[in-house]
Amino acid sequence: MSVASHSLSGALAGRASRTGTLFGRSPGRTEAMGKALTWLCGGALAFNLLLVIAILTLLAVNGLSYFWQRDLVELDLKDGRKVLGEIWEVEQAAKVKATATQGPEAAIDRIRMKIGNRDVSGLDFVWLDAKDVAARSRPAGVVMLERLEWGNFYGTMAELRRGGRVLASGPEAVWKAFGPLHEQKLRELAKIHDLEKGGIGDVNYEIERLRLAEKKLDLQKLPAAERSRRKAVLDAGLAERQAAYDKLASRLTALRERFSAETLVMRTADGQTKEMAVGTVLQALRPNAMGTLSKLRVYVGRVGELVSQDPRESNTEGGIFPAIFGTVMMVFLMSFAVAPLGVLAALYLREYARQGFLVRLVRIAVNNLAGVPSIVFGMFGLGFFVYLLGGSIDRLFFPESLPAPTFGTGGILWAALTLALLTVPVVIVAAEEGLAAVPRIVREGSLALGATKFETIRRVVVPAAAPGILTGMILAMARAAGEVAPLMIVGMVKLAPALPLDGKPPFLHLERKFMHLGFHIYDVGFQSPNVEATTPLVFATALLLIVVVTLMNLVAISLRNHLRRKYAGSAV
Amino acid sequence: MADTQTVTATAATAAATAAERDRAVRPQIDNPILRIEDLSLWYGEKKALNEISLEIPEKQITAFIGPSGCGKSTLLRCINRLNDLIDGVRIEGDIRFEDGSIFDPRLDINALRKRIGMVFQKSNPFPKSIYENVAYGCRIQGINKKRDLDEIVEKSLKSAALWDEVKDRLDESALGMSGGQQQRLCIARAIAVEPEVILLDEPCSALDPIATARIEELMQDLKTQYTQVIVTHNMQQASRVSDLTAFLYLGKLIEYGPTEKIFINPMKKQTEDYITGRFG
Repeated sequence: MSVASHSLSGALAGRASRTGTLFGRSPGRTEAMGKALTWLCGGALAFNLLLVIAILTLLAVNGLSYFWQRDLVELDLKDGRKVLGEIWEVEQAAKVKATATQGPEAAIDRIRMKIGNRDVSGLDFVWLDAKDVAARSRPAGVVMLERLEWGNFYGTMAELRRGGRVLASGPEAVWKAFGPLHEQKLRELAKIHDLEKGGIGDVNYEIERLRLAEKKLDLQKLPAAERSRRKAVLDAGLAERQAAYDKLASRLTALRERFSAETLVMRTADGQTKEMAVGTVLQALRPNAMGTLSKLRVYVGRVGELVSQDPRESNTEGGIFPAIFGTVMMVFLMSFAVAPLGVLAALYLREYARQGFLVRLVRIAVNNLAGVPSIVFGMFGLGFFVYLLGGSIDRLFFPESLPAPTFGTGGILWAALTLALLTVPVVIVAAEEGLAAVPRIVREGSLALGATKFETIRRVVVPAAAPGILTGMILAMARAAGEVAPLMIVGMVKLAPALPLDGKPPFLHLERKFMHLGFHIYDVGFQSPNVEATTPLVFATALLLIVVVTLMNLVAISLRNHLRRKYAGSAV
Repeated sequence: MADTQTVTATAATAAATAAERDRAVRPQIDNPILRIEDLSLWYGEKKALNEISLEIPEKQITAFIGPSGCGKSTLLRCINRLNDLIDGVRIEGDIRFEDGSIFDPRLDINALRKRIGMVFQKSNPFPKSIYENVAYGCRIQGINKKRDLDEIVEKSLKSAALWDEVKDRLDESALGMSGGQQQRLCIARAIAVEPEVILLDEPCSALDPIATARIEELMQDLKTQYTQVIVTHNMQQASRVSDLTAFLYLGKLIEYGPTEKIFINPMKKQTEDYITGRFG
């Protein structure tokens, strides 16, 4: 026993001289390097996470604060002027400039103030030096008006008039009288909208349809009697619609007249007055007299307006509902196009094609297709889908509306198909991987039961590969939702007159142009007449785009997980 | 012992002559369902099976044994023509099933596979529910009526001694079952289409002894209705379950005969060496 233990410890000692002792050994060089590598990898991950969080925080802070109603501040300037508005930003003017003019310690604060009243003063924003301000106050009686046109108005209420008659005067009396009158005007406004979009819109649509039918009749070769008979029917319909239109139009004029009967006279901080129709005011608030709760209510209302309303004032105000709708619908159409295309191609490549040089070549080409710049796909979409396919469709099916194109111009269908081409490599690659992951032995099991190859693929291979295919779809949808460049030439517009899905037959209008969140961000941020005022809206829209994409992905991911659970048991 | 003597009478005389030493020892089979005749198979340039001839009796269990790479699985996969799927396979010789060649170009290969079922080395349930796994073969054949399927599924699972364990969770995924249950499900799936022959390719190699014992028991129960051909690595298993045993070595059939005879009194030296564990 003692001999054995002796020899064992001797052997251990021999090893120890080469590799260090087994216990209590000081950390060596390789171990330190391993530790450093661990920290490096962890650091890289942390940096990435930090970036993502920073982006989201930036968007959230800038975007979400936009809807919060700030207090109105009145500044008395040293030169005697008075300025009323919301303080948006206080920044330190550049130090270099300060030292050059006023000595070393004169870093001055500059205030960016939204003063609204674009129709009176011409500008929404002013920059003021803090040193010029004599006094600040927050008068309780000042009013902020959100208007249909010209942006916000800040000031005090002076008078309420109907025609030449004064209904109320003085800030308090006008505020009291304004509330009920305003509600009534908003109802009238809704009625006008209904008439314009509903009644008159429908009649216009009918008139246009009849006009096209008449043009079509001219193009057809018909016996003279038949032609004149049909023409008479169309003319009668047209005359009837025209009469209906005239009636509706006169009703609209009457409504409009009544709508603008009452006017509100506002006084700005520096004493100018402005008269406006009560109906053009969307919302009147006294921010300085509001509590947090009522401000919160305004906040929620504004967020709701953003996601549910049409844009106004060349997209700088109002909501972005058409853009959200256009984005989601375009992505859905794209998915319907890309799923069969990608999956069938992958099935052929993986299951049917003889694996060899040619298939390898095709696979490389498909992978490289994913790297082609998206604008190139846009050009292809314009040349092939819009001009060639769309032009042919127009000549064959819609000759009556030529030269005005129907499908021969950008539209949501062509945009969706262009993006489907753009994303099909992603789907092919993912679907191929999913198919390759189905074990050979499972296929053999199906064949051994007498199933044909087609039955095996349909009943066993494709269901088993479905989660992998859906992963590809998720990637494709995420890519498509964020793509802007190719869409600018195949159907995306700044302002679409109608949604691609509505109540008029055939309900789904694939030829219509559409709005898109990605383009909306660019348009509002850089193409708008009032870039300063809309910058926060850009952040809010970007945040919304992320939310929309995330929601669509979550739907697809939950579908995939459902499939995984269904096919893979409780194990996964 | 007396009956095996008569069966192997020809084999005994064959072994006696020195000129025929190389030829395999084969018994006389009275009621063969499958006749393999001079079957050779190449994977590309490599010859994996070398002129194998043997007859498989009806409603008995025949075992193929031999060391790894001897071609026993390849031989089994020839019987339902599953080797067709592999590129570069060339086959000479013939396999007769019901007086017809299974290599006949007019033969409906899917119909053949319906009549010759197979259970694989690794359990391979489809990623579907237990019910759908068993019903799969029937659905392929166009049986879609719920009542018929219910009956077939229950009968097959009972035959595979699985019914009591899974009757309450037929709609759950088959992949959530244990390894032994999965393998019995694969057997149930194979017998659901009522084949005449069941090929078993090392069905117990991934299972523990208890699950193995259950499969072996099941094979004995199924003997009354089906012809079974099993490939196994495990000589004890071959001796326990099979009626006849074929020993293959390097793509050649060395010896074929009643299991007792092969294990107790093999005619060939190579067989004896393998059985006694001197190689393989």
